[in-house]
Amino acid sequence: MAIEVCPTCPVSSIVQAVEMAEPGEEIVVRGGTYREGNIAIKKSIQLRGVDFPVVDGENQYEIFTIQAPGVTIEGFRLINAGKSTLVDMAAIRVDHQRHFSICGNEIQNAQFAIYLAYATDGIVEDNFLEGEAQDEISSGNGVHCWYARRLFIANNTILRHRDGIYLEFTDSSRIIGNWSEHNVRYGLHFMFSNNDVYNDNTFLNNGAGVAVMFSKKIGMYRNRFERNWGTASYALLLKEIYDADLQHNLFISNTIGILMEGATRIEYKNNLFLSNGWAIQMTGGCIDNHFTENAFVSNSQDMVVNSSVNNNTFDGNYWSEYAGYDLDRDGFGDVPHRPVKLFSYITSQTPEAIVLLRSFFVDLLNFAEKVSPVLTPANVLDNKPLLQQPTT
Amino acid sequence: MKKIFQYTLFDLIRSRWSLFYLGFFLLLTIVLLSFSGGVSKVIISLMNVVLILCPLIATMFGVMYAYNSREFTELLLAQPIRRTSIFGGQYLGLGVSQSLSLLIGIGGPFLFYGLFRSGEIWNFSILLVNGVLLTFIFSGLAFLIALRNENRIRGFGLAILSWLFFAVIYDGILLLTLVLFREYPIESLALGLSLFNPIDLSRILILLKLDISALMGYTGAVFQRFLGSGLGMSLALGMLLLWIGLPALGIRWVALRKDF
Repeated sequence: MAIEVCPTCPVSSIVQAVEMAEPGEEIVVRGGTYREGNIAIKKSIQLRGVDFPVVDGENQYEIFTIQAPGVTIEGFRLINAGKSTLVDMAAIRVDHQRHFSICGNEIQNAQFAIYLAYATDGIVEDNFLEGEAQDEISSGNGVHCWYARRLFIANNTILRHRDGIYLEFTDSSRIIGNWSEHNVRYGLHFMFSNNDVYNDNTFLNNGAGVAVMFSKKIGMYRNRFERNWGTASYALLLKEIYDADLQHNLFISNTIGILMEGATRIEYKNNLFLSNGWAIQMTGGCIDNHFTENAFVSNSQDMVVNSSVNNNTFDGNYWSEYAGYDLDRDGFGDVPHRPVKLFSYITSQTPEAIVLLRSFFVDLLNFAEKVSPVLTPANVLDNKPLLQQPTT
Repeated sequence: MKKIFQYTLFDLIRSRWSLFYLGFFLLLTIVLLSFSGGVSKVIISLMNVVLILCPLIATMFGVMYAYNSREFTELLLAQPIRRTSIFGGQYLGLGVSQSLSLLIGIGGPFLFYGLFRSGEIWNFSILLVNGVLLTFIFSGLAFLIALRNENRIRGFGLAILSWLFFAVIYDGILLLTLVLFREYPIESLALGLSLFNPIDLSRILILLKLDISALMGYTGAVFQRFLGSGLGMSLALGMLLLWIGLPALGIRWVALRKDF
């Protein structure tokens, strides 16, 4: 039998119901507004909201603190969770627990919406998280994971937080089908996290799309990065990462598509870069990056590479800029393509020269440099440029 | 003035060069549209054509017309017509006839290939407006040069040189300046210097629409404030109008004083 909570029921308080409940029991909370300070859950119970009961944190309290394994929180509307500059307060916090499930909640105006510390084997699904972040310092993350393992974070909508989803020391997790928009810093942020996969997510209009830093073996598939604009903003940052795999992602209208620093052993395949300012900026210490079957279409500049000695390959991609021919009709252009143009090199040295973008003089310079490369790295070239755009 | 404008316009429209110009734009646009598929891609391809060719052709046309119609002008001068009307009418006729070739040559195929369905109408009109403005600026300049120089060879040379200066040399100098002074805060310098070249101005106006993701990305508050706002747009447009006004005033000044 489930314990029923509603403003007019015998049990009208969630705290009271949690105290009464036996482990394994279910609590059904009916519609209404509940102001009960912090609700600590120390038993393995399921809390289900019906008609979206509102739980108000009154800008002071952490609303739910999960301190037992196997807890479910489902169908609540959590508003005004406490904000603090001393401790990280959340709407829902999971602390050192396993097998939790946080599904179908709406969380509004929280600093940290869902905070998972030392949490394993949990599900965070179908939640709608909307923060009111103004700047990086005073705001928190939508889903914050800290020393977590085997999380499944799917189909959440995360708006206006600091980072949409933040993973630190979080391994073997999957992040699927989330929608991350208008976050102040990153849509998704990895720090020191390994063996994670994120796929089919959308990152729209964030300070920057996704940052993957100091992490190993991250899979990135079928994500969409769009309109991440700003001074030195980018769709995807790869910084000090190893053995990653990027396939079938879409990069559309970002200032920079991918910015790499110290990215090693990474495969880029079947990604589409469309109408970005810079599709790819590769700075120091990037080794063994391999690009195949990607499509670079209508970017202002396809590539900036400022070191030439490393073992990176760019063979077999489609470049809409390519002006060669295919006489033997094998589908590959007969002359190699040089994706780095002289003007990209100049703007990386003198950024203000961007006012000359697409000027006739610059076209002449690029042409002269293409005929006999002097300043641009001579070995950054595609020996087998595709003539048809691959399906992505 | 209206009469003379009409005569000049009909005279120019019937000339072989006008038709050639129109045919060239028609052919180019049709070829581009039928081979590249997307309307927005064609706008980018046409950008450089408009930015380079419109001024060049306007310059050539302007000088040629001014020299070729000299006898007609002298005949008119002998009549009781005011000089401002004569030269104003000729200048307007020159600009309008080429603008018509441009508008029909580029606009026609675009309309036929479904411009209104593509959602690119705004980008496209920016391109056309810039083409028309550049046409007026450079025919004015060329007309002025032809008025000032009796020697045809010298006039032609100067006109071509002025085109070359604005189309190529100016950007070279600008780039060199930026690279030389890159240790200093040169954002305002970069923007300020590009205001003084009508071709650069038009290019920036078109890029503001097409390549905003690249321009927004780079550096500093000045660029962002200038490029990201209506201020940049209106300032650039204002400067272009000023660029039309100056040669026109020059023509008036020279025409009123010149001893034919």
